[in-house]
Amino acid sequence: MEAHLTVDNLTMSYGQTLIQRDLSFAIGRGEIFTIMGGSGCGKSTLLRHMIGLLKPKVGRILFGHDDLWQLNPAGRGELQRRCGIAYQSGALLSSMTVAENVALPLEQFSSHRPAEIRELVELKLALVGLAPYADRYPSQLSGGQKKRAALARALALDPEYLFFDEPSAGLDPLSSRNLDDLILQLRDSLGSTVVIVTHELPSIFAIADRGVLLDATTKTQIAIGNPHELLAHDPDERVQQFLRRGQPVTHGESA
Amino acid sequence: MASAPSAQLQPQADGSLRLALYGDWRQPLANEVGRQLLLKVDRLREGSAVQLDGHGLMAWGSALLVLLRQLEENAARRQLALDWQGMPDGVGRLMALAHHNPEPDNGEPGHKGQLQRIGLRVIDRWRNFETVAVFIGDLLLALGRVMAGKGRIRLKDVTEQMELAGPKALGIVSLLSLLMGMILAFVGAIQLENFGATIYVASLVGFGMAREMAAMLTGIIMAGRTGAAYAAQLGSMEANEEIDALRTMGLPPMEFLVVPRVLALMLMMPLLTLYSIAVGIVGGALVCWLMFDITLTQYMSQLTETVALRHFLIGTFKGVLFALIVGVVGCMTGMASGRSASAVGAATTRAVVVSIVAIICCDALVTLITTVMGV
Repeated sequence: MEAHLTVDNLTMSYGQTLIQRDLSFAIGRGEIFTIMGGSGCGKSTLLRHMIGLLKPKVGRILFGHDDLWQLNPAGRGELQRRCGIAYQSGALLSSMTVAENVALPLEQFSSHRPAEIRELVELKLALVGLAPYADRYPSQLSGGQKKRAALARALALDPEYLFFDEPSAGLDPLSSRNLDDLILQLRDSLGSTVVIVTHELPSIFAIADRGVLLDATTKTQIAIGNPHELLAHDPDERVQQFLRRGQPVTHGESA
Repeated sequence: MASAPSAQLQPQADGSLRLALYGDWRQPLANEVGRQLLLKVDRLREGSAVQLDGHGLMAWGSALLVLLRQLEENAARRQLALDWQGMPDGVGRLMALAHHNPEPDNGEPGHKGQLQRIGLRVIDRWRNFETVAVFIGDLLLALGRVMAGKGRIRLKDVTEQMELAGPKALGIVSLLSLLMGMILAFVGAIQLENFGATIYVASLVGFGMAREMAAMLTGIIMAGRTGAAYAAQLGSMEANEEIDALRTMGLPPMEFLVVPRVLALMLMMPLLTLYSIAVGIVGGALVCWLMFDITLTQYMSQLTETVALRHFLIGTFKGVLFALIVGVVGCMTGMASGRSASAVGAATTRAVVVSIVAIICCDALVTLITTVMGV
């Protein structure tokens, strides 16, 4: 497997406060990779490091062979444009309609004509099932619709990398499942590498190829691999507790 | 009342003590009973064993738990041995939950000495100063890129911001400038009338509005109106991760959000200032005409003869300067705001206060310089 995205010996901290240390893992092209862990263990912080919003204290983030923080700001911007990011709250610009939000990256970074952009926006919104809501403002959408609109914007430039920050947080089980299916379909059809921050076990078992589990106490990664295999074979009690919601080990596998 | 809360402390045959609780502990009286009980427990001999007995409890709420926590603390201090066996299951479970609180992990020592606090404040202030310098530097670079046609900026954003910072502010600027002109004329005329020099009111109003009052008035209005709006907008965008989203989309917030706002203000505020001067002069004319029998022609010819063009230019220049202050302070406090509703509120307040202070200080400085230079 050739690494498409690598986190190499990463240590993260806010000022004096250590968040996580010695994180190392590689993600293959087209893989769905989850960053797992309890609340407050630094999952979202790790994501913010991976997309270049925070600078590592120690270590490197490699996109292919490019070190994100060795590049100049322009190069970093170019790399970031190969990433689509769906933020936890959607982070849609509240002063623009849904369609304008999706059109923004296209207007700024592509050479399409306005009519082509309109068609592309319609397509992306249709992909996430929001075509009828194109002219609404983000404040007029429900939580799940906002997340899908954010996904449409993340897809605008056909990204090689897709990042999701807690995609199913705050969604009902059915919407959450639909979003999981959507992520799977997008990966299969676009071939993007997908990184998801989540602690929702059903999601993790349903879509993750592999994942890394962060621990809040030891402040480092305690397991890496396919969630089903981790559940079946990992001897570490903390891993078992997380993947079984603290239930004692029983025979058979829950998924 | 059979259900009133009560507590009894009885010595047992084996030398230990039995603390029995009775009645309904949800009543307000429970607090008083609890206090009495704690006083009694405090007088016990160190090392005593106490068995708690809750079989007589009819109902209980948080007041009982608070009492038990205090009891536990006191017991630990005085080395009393507490036996919880006789308490209801629910009490035991809740006490266990309350015990299970990990220490906060913030990496820094909790207690700071006075000297350390002062030191940290100084460092904090210095960092603040650095942030301001970096922000202004970044803004200048972004302005340069935009001027060179290489910036990420949408014309639509600039025109939209221009509308908000210009035409939409005309109403309040008109009203306050008219009143300011009238006040200047009125105050001046009452004094000048004593010397039979009422006509000089025209010069006073023209000079005062053009050089000082119009720019300052507009600046303060725009600080409260537009600067506050910038801080609140950018602050809530920061709270909603919108600024992060722009950054990772490759749209630098400095170019995409700050430059259009600062640019719009710098284009509109000099115009608003000129407008405010004109309205102020009209206000002065009204007072002269209605109360002091000076005709419009007399007023205007006196004004044009005595107030030179350079005073208008100085006023307009101040308009540009104050626009810069309002725009920079509003955007900067907004973007530096924390990620909560109260942080956005605090950022808005700070934007208005800092802008107004800076405008008045800056006005004093410009007035001093121009006076010394003799312009």
